[in-house]
Amino acid sequence: RTRCCGPTRAGPAMNCRAEVLEVSVEARQVEEAMLAVLHTVLLHRSTGKFHYKKEGTYSIGTVGTQDVDCDFIDFAYVRVSSEELDRALRKAVGEFKDALRSSGSDGMGQISLEFYQKKKSRWPFSDECIPWELWTIKVNVVNLANEQERQICREKVGEKLCEKIINIVEVMNRHEYLPKMPTQSEVDNVFDTSLKDVQPYLYKISYQITDTLGTSVTTTMRRLIKDTLAL
Amino acid sequence: AMDTDLSSQDRKDLDKFIKFFALKTVQVIVQARLGEKICTRSSSSPTGSDWFNLAIKDIPEVTHEAKKALAGQLPAVGRSMCVEISLKTSEGDSMELEIWCLEMNEKCDKEIKVSYTVYNRLSLLLKSLLAITRVTPAYRLSRKQGHEYVILYRIYFGEVQLSGLGEGFQTVRVGTVGTPVGTITLSCAYRINLAFMSNRQFERTPPIMGIIIDHFVDRPYPSSSPMHPCNYRAGEDNGAVYPSVEDSQEVCTTSFSTSPPSQCVFTVTKAHFQTPPPVVTDTLKVPVMGLAFSHQLSSSRLSCQPAALGVGSADMGYPVLFAGGLNAAHPHQLIGPGKEGGVPPVPSQPAHGTQADQERMCTPLDGGHYSAATPSSSEDTETVSNSSEGKCGSPHDLLETIFIRKVGAFVNKPINQVTMANLDIPFAMFAPKNVELEDNDPMVNPPDSPETESPLQGSLHSEGSSGSSTGNTHDDFVMIDFKPAFSKDDILPMDLGTFYREFQNPPQLSSLSIDIGAQSMAEDLDSLPEKLAVHEKNVKEFDAFVETLQ
Repeated sequence: RTRCCGPTRAGPAMNCRAEVLEVSVEARQVEEAMLAVLHTVLLHRSTGKFHYKKEGTYSIGTVGTQDVDCDFIDFAYVRVSSEELDRALRKAVGEFKDALRSSGSDGMGQISLEFYQKKKSRWPFSDECIPWELWTIKVNVVNLANEQERQICREKVGEKLCEKIINIVEVMNRHEYLPKMPTQSEVDNVFDTSLKDVQPYLYKISYQITDTLGTSVTTTMRRLIKDTLAL
Repeated sequence: AMDTDLSSQDRKDLDKFIKFFALKTVQVIVQARLGEKICTRSSSSPTGSDWFNLAIKDIPEVTHEAKKALAGQLPAVGRSMCVEISLKTSEGDSMELEIWCLEMNEKCDKEIKVSYTVYNRLSLLLKSLLAITRVTPAYRLSRKQGHEYVILYRIYFGEVQLSGLGEGFQTVRVGTVGTPVGTITLSCAYRINLAFMSNRQFERTPPIMGIIIDHFVDRPYPSSSPMHPCNYRAGEDNGAVYPSVEDSQEVCTTSFSTSPPSQCVFTVTKAHFQTPPPVVTDTLKVPVMGLAFSHQLSSSRLSCQPAALGVGSADMGYPVLFAGGLNAAHPHQLIGPGKEGGVPPVPSQPAHGTQADQERMCTPLDGGHYSAATPSSSEDTETVSNSSEGKCGSPHDLLETIFIRKVGAFVNKPINQVTMANLDIPFAMFAPKNVELEDNDPMVNPPDSPETESPLQGSLHSEGSSGSSTGNTHDDFVMIDFKPAFSKDDILPMDLGTFYREFQNPPQLSSLSIDIGAQSMAEDLDSLPEKLAVHEKNVKEFDAFVETLQ
């Protein structure tokens, strides 16, 4: 299986649609809030597994869904029923949360979910990753003084996330560019076929922690989820 | 060159897609309001029966209802499929929460490929629907349903009716899919007043009545389609949906409590009230809020007449009770006298009018999986006043209300001196006949009888009043009292309800009555210099006292 390519080519010039969401949450809400957003996006960007048949036709597997209740937020969301996918997202979000915590700054950062297509290049050039959709969630961690504020925060963040879900659905409904449905030989350039029950578009998750001055201190850490799964 | 008209195969496919899309839409919405978390499995091998490549279960009753509503038609311009989600409380009040609309408009996309693009976009739209159904306010309400309220759904086909959602409802668009025959639009209009109602309100016991009543709207279009509860599972105990209607005739709460179904209240509109005849001239008439009769309040000048009141007696008529504790939005409430002296029969239905159209709570279809949600009585929409008026005589009698009140309401007389008829309490004759000694009543923990007269008693006894208490010829009002729930039997059948009512409209202070007031004011003014002199003399004492407080 080919390893994925190097850094993605620069975004906007490549006709990549970019959406930015912002949330202010308590430290303990970071994980659930991130998962809610990422899962909602991936719900829309995952299909059933393709099964190619002769003559270039294919059939598509079935995507199941499930409700997830948040513990620290008055909120619930729907995610794709895929433990592998959930694990991958939790791993990425967990790292983001840890980085936020240990940064010691005001607790600002952002996590990005990028959908890309692979374009094969001739040797010695590595394959290109061409993003076609980029979701950025900017996170601001707040510290609350007492239980009453925390309770209000639970509700407020829940309401905010409802708005975010509506925003995400709006974007999805625009029916803008989506990669063409690939032939069997091309499917790995468009979809992540490594999961056993669902097939999301190829994606990568990265994050940045912002210091108090607003500049990016830590280098962008790129994680290729496919790699982490392969470990 | 592509044929601009849809091929017949494409047309057939498209119709099928739209039909199943509509059915799946209904399933997603109703399942999202069941009050439970939904979980379906992904399957890598296509099963062939999962429309739109999504694992969405089909609840048979829901499909049945949807098909019934569609009646073989498809959403088209002007013919929308609507799923109405509403909330119904255990008292029978209901409120529309959301209307999900699947509409078709005329904007056609001739170029789009039916079997591929339209299908996939419909699949995407269903995913959006899954996501959006969890973010409207009704979702959280539906997760908490079962004890005090249930969530109902109703499917109808035709014109969208949004009037039941109250003012300022919001709309969220789930998405659109263009097809060669029109653009499919899926959206939700939802009541937002709920957004201000913390979900915690529904975890407490009522009152939620006030809120519900404000939003209660008579349906302008009596719908032909019945309502169904969203939680459909048979055999499971979905939680006690409604408290059972008590048939005990003993329990009849007074109207200041929030009204459980067993309460004997009758709803009468304002139009039935007339001004009562003036009573004692030297009393003050205190207009009572909302009702058009004067509640004769004065201290001791209230006359008392232990009239032999029986139901149907011409004097008695239909007594009226005003309870200030009610939510102002409540319809005026009466307490009916009932058939025997004192205790009315409890109506078998809740008194509050529910909406006129059919609202089936538990209609088992195809094998009955609905929880038996309501006692059948809640479907009865006629207000009880209709029936009770027939029992109790003409509306004119409404005003023969007699307020019976004797001096010394708190006087603690030995029980054997106390008889029902001449007890110094209001509604004496309507108290239960058997006044038990407190010892026999395990709930009773009687207070110590007051040694001194209470200030109120003082006012009740103001000048020359005691005479009139025996006059008893002036019949003002009678308030019929029944044992309020959870009140106790005292030595005196002065119970909580009576006490509350009585002291919620306390007698006017005598000094406030006009004729006396002026007099005493003059007296006060005259006595001022004298008082001042006394205070001046004791100034040191006062100062010392103030010191001790600091």
